[in-house]
Amino acid sequence: MRHETRRLILLLLPAGIVFAAFFLLPMARLFFIGGSGKTGWAAYAAILTDSLYLDSLFSTLGVAAATTAATLVISGISGVFLQRHKFPGNALLVSMLTFPLAFPGVVIGFMVIMLAGRQGLIGQVTQALTGEKLVFAYTLSGLFMGYVYFSIPRTILTVMAAAEKLDPKLEEAARSLGASPWRVLLDVIIPGLKPAFISAGAICFATAVGAFGTAFTLAARINVLPMVIYTEFTLSANIAMAAALSFVLGIVTWLVLALARTAAGSSVAAAG
Amino acid sequence: MKRRGLFYLQLGFTLLVCAFLVVPVILSIMAGLTVNYFVGIESGLTLRWVMEVWNGYRDTIFLSIGLSLACLAVTLVIGVPAAYVLAKRQTALTRALEEMLVLPVAVPGLATALALIVTYGSLSGFRTSWAFILVGHVLFTLPFMVRSVLAVLSAIDLRTLEEGAASLGAGFWPRFRDIVLPNCRQGILAGSLMVVTLSMGEFNMTWLLHTPFTKTLPVGLADAYASLRLEVGSAYTLVFFLMIMPLLLALQAFAKPRPAKFVAEDAE
Repeated sequence: MRHETRRLILLLLPAGIVFAAFFLLPMARLFFIGGSGKTGWAAYAAILTDSLYLDSLFSTLGVAAATTAATLVISGISGVFLQRHKFPGNALLVSMLTFPLAFPGVVIGFMVIMLAGRQGLIGQVTQALTGEKLVFAYTLSGLFMGYVYFSIPRTILTVMAAAEKLDPKLEEAARSLGASPWRVLLDVIIPGLKPAFISAGAICFATAVGAFGTAFTLAARINVLPMVIYTEFTLSANIAMAAALSFVLGIVTWLVLALARTAAGSSVAAAG
Repeated sequence: MKRRGLFYLQLGFTLLVCAFLVVPVILSIMAGLTVNYFVGIESGLTLRWVMEVWNGYRDTIFLSIGLSLACLAVTLVIGVPAAYVLAKRQTALTRALEEMLVLPVAVPGLATALALIVTYGSLSGFRTSWAFILVGHVLFTLPFMVRSVLAVLSAIDLRTLEEGAASLGAGFWPRFRDIVLPNCRQGILAGSLMVVTLSMGEFNMTWLLHTPFTKTLPVGLADAYASLRLEVGSAYTLVFFLMIMPLLLALQAFAKPRPAKFVAEDAE
């Protein structure tokens, strides 16, 4: 038995060493560097006390919350619909809705530019209709659009998997008792999907808080935390502040995912 | 009658969502093949922009392919044994270890990259080599390999299978090779596709970890979007789509969860 244990430890060791050397140790160092700047450990409080950082914290959380809400509504409707109704073309729609799954943030940013940029489709259509060109790719709205684009594929997959496990008999029962479709939705379907909504929502939120590629492609002026960190690090060479902010950002995303995991009771991890 | 209307309402909505996702992809593919996107498709079709990308950014394509394969090799070698241990011993300790392994996915790539830079950035030989990017990619993709293999291993009765083989006199390594590995083939395949796809598209970390000599495909894309005309950016995106599409199709085909297998398939 002891021999067995030793072997298991040996098998776990390579992953453990890589992880300790390249993640735990660097993260600990990042934490201390965050407190080594001009302001010392106060750098960690600056995110709440300095209005510049507080503003970007609010817009980051705001965009993430809006993304999560919009994505859950959109993916909830389409996911349940596609799971319930099998019609010719269903599989095609599912693969169209899930294929952007692995697009990196930069490419998502470019997709937003194709739609809402200076030469984008929305601009052309609005110009033809109203004479005025609607361009919003390079603002928070563009970022919001990009994050929704990014989050729909993975959320739809989660919703569909959860909807498959819902017992249709419960809905039949509710309906035969005279419940309207609206009541069935509120009292049967949504409660049944709640764990999936919580875990998928947490992933949306955490990804939108921490993502960098989309904002980077759209505009350097978008005032969200990842962009602020990047600017502190490169332009201002304020490494301590960048370290402190990114450490706080990491804690925020980790907390959101950990809370959701306790609430939903299933495995949750962000991606992208 | 009312339910019929509801059906079409939902179908219409779903089609709109599809359009939202697909239309920009089509626009960008068109833009990459048009002489002048501003004028429109009437200006003619051309491969000029694709050639321009090939000539200017070919290296990023090769680096990304190499990186993702190296990343796959590392995650296989360190991830599969780790998943085996986590499946074999399900204690509070191994659960905590599993939680920790997922941290690099939960923490923004920007933070991980900064942490790596402040810790190892002064080792200039390491900092300027592609191995520096590889380290970041391994951290980010390892949880996907481990979880994917772990999911398969947890679904089979590993203990009975191994005890059976052990009672027939098989030592640890023959058991690992002939019983464990074949049984988690599905998980390894799904995990591998995930690792390669994610590594190919990783940007959040890579943007800080790269140097002018170690530009990956997404880094090149960001470059092109920022500094070159829309057509070139589109052609570059087209090249990226062509590379990633087979991987995504394979993921959709293979990565679906399979019913749990209890017995090893007949040995080939």
